[in-house]
Amino acid sequence: MTSDRPRDLLISPIRHGTVIDHITAGQALNVLRILGITGTTAESVSVATNVASSHVGKKDIVKIENRELRKEEVDRIALIAPNATINIIREFAVTEKKGVETPAELSGVVRCPNPGCISNTAEPARSRFIVTPNGLRCHYCDWLVTKEIAEHIL
Amino acid sequence: MRHIISIRDLDRAGVDRLLDAAVEVEAKRYDPGLLCGKILGLLFFEPSTRTRMSFESAMARLGGISLTMDSVEASSVAKGETLADTIRVVSGYVDAIVLRHPREGAARLASEFASVPVINAGDGAGQHPSQTLLDLYTIRKSMPIEGVRVGLLGDLRYGRTTHSLAMALSLYGAEIAAIAPKGLELPSGIIRELADRGTHVAEYGAVEDVIADLDVLYVTRIQRERFPDAASYLDAASSYRITPELVAGAKGSMIILHPLPRVDEIDPRVDALPNAKYFEQAHHGVSVRMAMLGEVMT
Repeated sequence: MTSDRPRDLLISPIRHGTVIDHITAGQALNVLRILGITGTTAESVSVATNVASSHVGKKDIVKIENRELRKEEVDRIALIAPNATINIIREFAVTEKKGVETPAELSGVVRCPNPGCISNTAEPARSRFIVTPNGLRCHYCDWLVTKEIAEHIL
Repeated sequence: MRHIISIRDLDRAGVDRLLDAAVEVEAKRYDPGLLCGKILGLLFFEPSTRTRMSFESAMARLGGISLTMDSVEASSVAKGETLADTIRVVSGYVDAIVLRHPREGAARLASEFASVPVINAGDGAGQHPSQTLLDLYTIRKSMPIEGVRVGLLGDLRYGRTTHSLAMALSLYGAEIAAIAPKGLELPSGIIRELADRGTHVAEYGAVEDVIADLDVLYVTRIQRERFPDAASYLDAASSYRITPELVAGAKGSMIILHPLPRVDEIDPRVDALPNAKYFEQAHHGVSVRMAMLGEVMT
């Protein structure tokens, strides 16, 4: 009984909302940043990091109460959490379960690492990247972001 | 509305169409009144001699007129106006805009705010499609571009003129030899992208190792501003120099190109060799830019 208690706290169910499971260990906070969920937004959010997983060793989990994430929102996390699964919860039951798909384009998610890029100025240019097999290509300056994508998240 | 921003935006048919049009222009088979009554706005936020003058010349030869802003200090930009606002305003004055700007991606941004066609005339270290087109045009004057073996020599890391040319050459199944001083090699991302486009890149540290196999040697200068001190700049810049003795080891049909200006990387004695095509290459700028203006303004 006592040994179950911490486990309950970690994965306590939510009534309505979204559970993002199987996030690459250590990426939960970056997932929240990409989704635009910060401490100042209205959602009630639970985060569990480095949770033991029989499939992948360790994983992160994020639960967002009273908000059902749309597909285009969750696809934005595919680059840093390609194995994540999205569970839409209604009345404590999983009503929808889906994986993430890498989108063709990312807007307003990643800052261009090229200091000379026009998107890093006061111009009205929103960050925009084309997703290619070799990485993210800046729509404006063609700069290719190939690694440590999470470090460039806005 | 058609913009010319990056060579990546053009497919093989699009490049061929522009090069074919440039052939017609050079043969004087064009309508000198094609752009009569049209106005071209040249917005140059950075100094330029040959690009600006060749666009002005191209517009004049097609019967149109040019309005040039080449002094940021005397413009509304000095008052803090954004490029986006400048472009929206100037769009009302002219029929097309040619833009040179120090920021990479500036032309792409401009095309999103312009109500007239935009031609990129160089954005920082980024794209310069009219240069790439005249490079291709010069190659095509000497040999078919298909399957050509091109040596790109110089700063291949930052010099994105060579990146654009390599992308364009990949449309023609060309082979690329990347020859760069240590630390200035072609970025691996570019090599992978070229491989995805079916173009193999072989890397060399010295031009002597590969010159005998080349059809085209494309020489670029090392840019001093890329180096932290004079010593490391001189170290890289002095690591190669094209001389008549070196060219003697190449095929007789090999041509030497350079986007100019050159510093010390080509010995002036090479200018007299039949292989030297870099001044001819610069002259082709007008024909190619006439083709580009004809494409976007009619």
